[in-house]
Amino acid sequence: MKREALGGVPGVIQPAPESFLEPDLIRDISEKGVNASRRNLLRAALATATATVAGRAIATSDPDIVNIPEWSKMLGNAVATNPYGLPSRYESNVIRRQSPGLTQTDQASVAFTPLQHMFGMITPSGLHFERHHQGWVDVDPRRHRLMINGLVATPLVFTLDELMRMPSVSRMHFLECGANTALEWGNSAVPTVQYTHGMLSCSEFTGVPLSLLLERAGFDRSRATVILAEGADGSSMTRTINIENALDDVIVAYGMNGEMLRPENGYPLRLVVPGVQGVSWVKWLRRIEVGDMPYAAKDEASHYVDLMPDGMTRQYTSIQEAKSVITNPSGGQKLLTHGFYNITGLAWSGRGHVTQVEVSTDGGRNWRPARLEGPVLPKALTRFNYDWVWDGSEALLQSRVTDSTGYVQPSMPALREVRGSRSIYHNNAIQTWRVLASGEVHNVQLG
Amino acid sequence: MFSWAESPARVIAIAALYAASLMACMESTERGAAAITNPEYSDALAEFGREATAEELLAWDIDVRPDFNGLPDGAGDAYTGEEIWLDKCASCHGDFGDSNEIFSPLALGNITEADIESGRVAALMNRSAVRTTLMKVATVSTLWDYINRAMPWNAPKSLSADEVYSLVAYLLSLGYIIEPDFELNQDSIHEAQARMPNRDGMTTEHGLWSVSGTPDVQGSRCVSNCDVDTTVSSFIPEYAMNAHGNLKDQMRDYSPYPGLQTAAVDDAAEPEVVPVNPTDLLAANGCLACHQMDKSLVGPAFNAIREKYQGQADAVAYLSEKIRAGGSGVWGSMPMPPMAQVDAAALATIATWLAE
Repeated sequence: MKREALGGVPGVIQPAPESFLEPDLIRDISEKGVNASRRNLLRAALATATATVAGRAIATSDPDIVNIPEWSKMLGNAVATNPYGLPSRYESNVIRRQSPGLTQTDQASVAFTPLQHMFGMITPSGLHFERHHQGWVDVDPRRHRLMINGLVATPLVFTLDELMRMPSVSRMHFLECGANTALEWGNSAVPTVQYTHGMLSCSEFTGVPLSLLLERAGFDRSRATVILAEGADGSSMTRTINIENALDDVIVAYGMNGEMLRPENGYPLRLVVPGVQGVSWVKWLRRIEVGDMPYAAKDEASHYVDLMPDGMTRQYTSIQEAKSVITNPSGGQKLLTHGFYNITGLAWSGRGHVTQVEVSTDGGRNWRPARLEGPVLPKALTRFNYDWVWDGSEALLQSRVTDSTGYVQPSMPALREVRGSRSIYHNNAIQTWRVLASGEVHNVQLG
Repeated sequence: MFSWAESPARVIAIAALYAASLMACMESTERGAAAITNPEYSDALAEFGREATAEELLAWDIDVRPDFNGLPDGAGDAYTGEEIWLDKCASCHGDFGDSNEIFSPLALGNITEADIESGRVAALMNRSAVRTTLMKVATVSTLWDYINRAMPWNAPKSLSADEVYSLVAYLLSLGYIIEPDFELNQDSIHEAQARMPNRDGMTTEHGLWSVSGTPDVQGSRCVSNCDVDTTVSSFIPEYAMNAHGNLKDQMRDYSPYPGLQTAAVDDAAEPEVVPVNPTDLLAANGCLACHQMDKSLVGPAFNAIREKYQGQADAVAYLSEKIRAGGSGVWGSMPMPPMAQVDAAALATIATWLAE
């Protein structure tokens, strides 16, 4: 890796480099490092910039202002050039990515959400992380059915259009895979927040409250303790869900962020189980069975179980406890200059809503509250922001969330002390990003 | 069996529960709850959904519980299972279920006769031991259910009940849980369950099942001069920084937080020249707002222009100037505005395409 990237000691000049360096030079240096000729060009540019700062009144005119850009002098594109809109071509790096070597097949795999590029609390549907167990399918909505059976007075079958005529609710909820941050139990393993925390999203889901459908089928209130949710895909994945959740806020959803679910996210029907790990949000949902004992399905008997240091395995671990992470600045990025930065990140809790986020820039010795962006909703992502002036010295950035139950996010050593390092799932530890004096930001663990 | 439609009293009772449950559901987020609070709609709502037939339930209700509720009739042994295994399973899981190449290993190693007696797999306490499915799974039903619903990998739900029994028997025999000639069926499966090595290794004593569960770990509330070890104990070594590809390409191209260059840079590398398709340039430069390929719109069709100028000696220069500076009168009175946004390279490409 090139250590001698732009401005060996960043921050000595106030304006961002884009303001006084030619774009070609910036690109050249950031791609190829600094050599003698580039160093001379840099010196000349820095001298000009320093003179400018000292003089204040004398600015070098910006060619992007003086030379009127072509888009100001042309006829723009026609409407519906892209009938389903696309991001700008300048955003081509903002995509879902796999972690190389994590899985040996692309069907039982993960593509992570680029959290470092997200703003606010909503995840664009095209960037929602993917986790499939046997590939994804595109289900014909005309031929899709939802069956409700088990401990019910009448086993029922619904068509999708019936479900879409029924009373609906729309809710914003986070969706986090139970294995999010799993790679970090033992040590720092992956370089960016996309890979450490990118099995996380937040969307507005629209659908029918499951409780309505269970009532419609006449479920047995005295005996029902669980439901089993089952998918229509090849894996027909099943998960046991607490009846307490099922009757509270679980939704049989067809809508996501104002449109139908994407196929990768369960089109045309998925279960939304707020606060519970993603594997329980069964996609391509075809059946709900009401039962009186847990089902020990593959993904709750072999996987998605948490091995403890004493050799016992915690089964039916479901709730995602409170967690937060700074998304900017974060691992794999570089700060180009000293001065003000808006530290920003996400916080969430599967047991309620976020009440406070604190930020430390010294590895957890001192903490100050961050600003919470509204709306702060239960079991939804909450965006936080924190003012920071970087003085150019090494910093250790952390965030710590408190939720409405009073629970405080633990440190990695505290979590490891109780659960060891082999439980794979439910790692909600405080994340540390180390900012080096060079401006490089790295994923590290402390203590 | 209870018939929904024939019981109006029940319909009304259930409708009241509907309303109550919807209200409860609404309260947590304080949304408008107007949808279904009026009992006069209960009959109409009860029209949704129809009773499932026995055949439909048989087709979809395939889950097998730990108490073997749902387990179909059938039988098989490890000898039969081995043949099916080699044909349909071994390519991913290895001949003996021990392959680690595509999926986590299923069988072999780390299970002792003492484990089978105690119901706890001792090697699960060994940090370095490979963890196989047979070491972890406490319930035989899990194996039966999963193989039946999801295997083989590329042809799920294609196995008969007897084949599933045979495959489960083969897998169990690989862990010395049953003998190869043991006939696994609806009754004998209880004997196999009683020998599952980790049958007593699962616990539900934790706070993560219920939303009101008690957390096992709490963070510190300390806010100043906290006594924490800030030594960096783990980081990603420089040689591994590019393991996920060049991080520079994974951050926004233009950003206050550009990505680190983690890939080696070849100073001599020339940027790749991508051939330009002239018709792409027409769209990119706004030409298609007034011109179409084969019929006149605001301006003449491109095909008509090509027909008129192709082969003329000075056509490229003439058309370049017309595009750059605009003009009128050649194809009618509608003037063409100057297309100053078209850069020199694009101008040359478009003019050449029109003229040749």
